[in-house]
Order: sequence, then structure tokens, then C-alpha cells
Amino acid sequence: MDVLGEGLLEALRLLLTGDEQTWEITGLTLRVSLTATAIAVLLGVPVAAALALGRFRGRQVLLAVANTGMGLPPVVVGLFVTVLLWRDGPLGALGLLYTPTAMVVAQAAIAVPIVVALTAAALRQVDPDFLLQMRALGATRVRALGALLAEARLPLLAAAMAGFGAVVSEVGAAQMVGGNLAGETRVLTTAAVLATSRGQFALAIAFGLVLLVIAFAVNLAVTLAQHRTTAPR
Amino acid sequence: MSRLLAFLAVLVSVVSCGGTDQAAGPSAERSLILATTTSTQDSGLLDELLPAFTEDTGWKVKPLAVGSGQAIELGRRGEADVLLVHSPEAELDFVAEGTAGERRLVMHNDFVIVGPPEDPAGVRDLPSARAMRAIATAKAGFVSRGDESGTHAREERLWEQNQIDPKGQWYRSTGQGMGATLQVASETAAYTLTDRATYLAQRANLRLEVLSEGDKALLNIYHVIELTERAGDRVQPDGAKAFADWIVGPRAQRMIGDFGTEEGGQPLFVPDAGKDEANLGN
Repeated sequence: MDVLGEGLLEALRLLLTGDEQTWEITGLTLRVSLTATAIAVLLGVPVAAALALGRFRGRQVLLAVANTGMGLPPVVVGLFVTVLLWRDGPLGALGLLYTPTAMVVAQAAIAVPIVVALTAAALRQVDPDFLLQMRALGATRVRALGALLAEARLPLLAAAMAGFGAVVSEVGAAQMVGGNLAGETRVLTTAAVLATSRGQFALAIAFGLVLLVIAFAVNLAVTLAQHRTTAPR
Repeated sequence: MSRLLAFLAVLVSVVSCGGTDQAAGPSAERSLILATTTSTQDSGLLDELLPAFTEDTGWKVKPLAVGSGQAIELGRRGEADVLLVHSPEAELDFVAEGTAGERRLVMHNDFVIVGPPEDPAGVRDLPSARAMRAIATAKAGFVSRGDESGTHAREERLWEQNQIDPKGQWYRSTGQGMGATLQVASETAAYTLTDRATYLAQRANLRLEVLSEGDKALLNIYHVIELTERAGDRVQPDGAKAFADWIVGPRAQRMIGDFGTEEGGQPLFVPDAGKDEANLGN
């Protein structure tokens, strides 16, 4: 049990003394996972809108694919991206393997199905007559869609946060495409795994606690921002 | 909604600045990929050696700490420039394929058989072959890496040499690194084969003692293997040679010999550059 107490103390020490390495790792974790989430939202929301509102064949199958994709094991995504980015792989000439950019790509791939599935579910909750009413009131398609997204903003936010939560906490893909290189691609989860395999359990728990703190801080910041945008209505 | 998106965008760009130069790619500087074993990373040796290598040669290193099996496979595919591994039989097979360049002796330490202090199979102070046989006969618990690492390869060879086919309830395979495997052995009061460096680094957290050590079958020998362009177009033979030359050179060899002694501990590795492999452990 004392290892948990030590971990808590170590986490406080790392956060309060401004340990350079911890800040670097934490900064990279945020940078990679937030960028991946933003990309997933940008790609996923239009896809989700098409799946939720469109009337085309295969829509249900694609929705099922997105729902299945929510359970995609990060390590499988990581392996797939790694093989693509190998020096002699199809995208090897880009030289992206073992860089933060590769981690963003892998994590975005993990987050997209989550964003698509949850956003599509949210949009389908909105009254189907809503779009018709908007159109009848003279709104263009784009404006009507904008109004619809605004109407469903809370579940959309939940979708984005679910995507962020999934990628910031995953270790399989980050380890494989990033290589856990010190000062380059080491994030909080891979640092925790390394500390564990070195037998530095308190340090590993400290990294885990730092991860919780930053995930909480991001969620809180977004929720507060959301609250401010809703309040005047 | 749009304000929310704007907020997210600001958040991302704030976090992104200051790091984009790093993501721009390694092409600006010379950087090579070293595929090596978890033991060199978990013991902390790489953290000492690599900055000194970069300082001496200007080459940056991306170390991938994986099992020896995976490291050799990455070399075979030309996805690494140089290997630092400890799985001699697999290495010789690999070198015989002809895509590798020079293979040179770097250092050694040793494997030890560890187990619960009560030692239910009575292997204390037995030579390794008899110890393994005693564990199998008593069907006392044994935890295997099971991950094609150098340690796993050595364990399999020890079973083979004793004509034992380890199967049954008493034999478990974790498929994980040395640290995790030691933890499992400790928690289940079982025996395992470990490299001494990882065991010493983790000893404080383990209820395991060294029970069998010191015979020649337990030598853990590390070689550096350069890859050539025969393994893949993008292999950097100049980087591979720079690393291999450096690690068998005087500065690296001195650092290897001193490693682990600063904190009053015992040396974890013995530098062996230029020695005859047949004479190790005598």
C-alpha cells in the first residue's frame, strides 16, 4: 500500500517543483492527444452528419462499422500505422515513424470512430422535423445543419471528450508508433509503463495521477467554456 | 458552438507551439535507429551511453527497446540501422542471411535463476542445468518470458539441454518484459530466469532470491550488429558503423564498466570489446 502513498507524494513533487521532464512529457501528451481529438472532430462530425441525416444505401452498415470501431484496440491501430510508416512501407518516404506526428495520426484513427458513432447518435436524437422546420423558415442547408449542431452541442461535446479520453489514456499505439523515445515521443502513459518495467512503481503511479489531473483540467476547461456559451441564452 | 470550437482551436494551438519544430522531422539532423533489448533500457544503461555518443559523433539515436527477437526482425526488414542484442544463436542465424554487416562483442553480464526464499524445489547453489531439472521434477512454479527475447531463448536452450519439455500447470508464460515477469514470479512464489541487471534494479520490490548463478551456461553476451543497405534502401550504414565503432571504443567501454557502481552498487555489465568470446566467464 505504501507505494500508493509514495506515488501521490511523487506526483505532487513532480507537479509542484516543476520537474522539467514531467512538464515536457505532459506537454507532449496534451499536444498529441488534443491535436488528434481536434482532427477526429473535424473529420468525424461531417461523416456523422451524413450518416445520421443522409438517406443512402449502406447507411446502417456504416453506422454499425462506426459503432464497432469504438472498440478498436489501440495496439491494432498502432501496428497498422507502424507498418504503413515503416521505412520500406508504403508511406515510409515521409519519415514519420517515431515522431509525434505519427502518434497524432494513430490517435486520430482511434478517436474518429468514437466521434462518428457518438455524434451520429446525438444527431439522430434531435427531432427529425427540426431540419424540415429550419428549411421551411428559409434557412439554407448549411445554416440548418449549423443550427442542428448547435442544438445537439452537449452530446457533441461529450463525443469529443470521449474521443479525447480514449486517446490520452491509450498506450498501445503511442508505444508502437512513437517508440517511447525520451524527449521526443514519450507521453504520460508510455512513461508510466517504462517506470513500471523499471520497478519504479511510485513514479509510475505519479505519472498516472498527473494524467488524471490534466484530463480533468481539459474536461473542466471545456465544460466551463461550454457553460459560458450557453449561459446568455 | 462556434465559440466552443474557437476555444478548442486556441487550446490546441497554445499546446502546439514550442513543439512543432520537433515534429517537423528528423531530416534536419542525422539520426539513427538502434533496436535493442529491454534490459539495456530498463537498467538505465542507454540513458548514460546515448547522450555521450551524440556528443562524440553528432548522431542522434532513436532507441527502440524491444525483445531481441523483435529487434533482429526489425533489422532483417531494414527498419533499424544497428542492433544491440543478446540472443547469440538467433544473431548468428541472422548474420548468416547476409544482410547484416559486422557483428562485434560489446559486453556481458549473466543470467541468474531466482526463486522464492523457501526454495521448494531445492535448487540453491546447484549448477543451472541441475537447477532447471529440479524445478521441472518438483513441478515447482516457473514463470517464462515467452516473448522470443534473448532471455526467453536462453531459457528454452536450458530446457532443451536437459531434455525437458516444460508443459503443465507449473509452467506459465507471461509474454511480457523482464520487469513484469519478475513481478509475476514474485507474486506467485515461482522461479524464473532473469538477467542480473534487471533483477538487481528491482530487487527491493521482489520476494525473490538468487538461487543458481555463476556457471558458463548462464553468460549473457551482448553484441552490436551493423545493418547494411542489403537489408533495406533507407538503412544508414554510416550511422550503424559510427555507433558500433563507438560502443566498442574506450569511452563507451569505460562507461559500461562503471555503470551501476556510482550508487555503491556492483557493476551490472562487464565490458568485453576485443576479447575472445570463448574465454568469457573463465
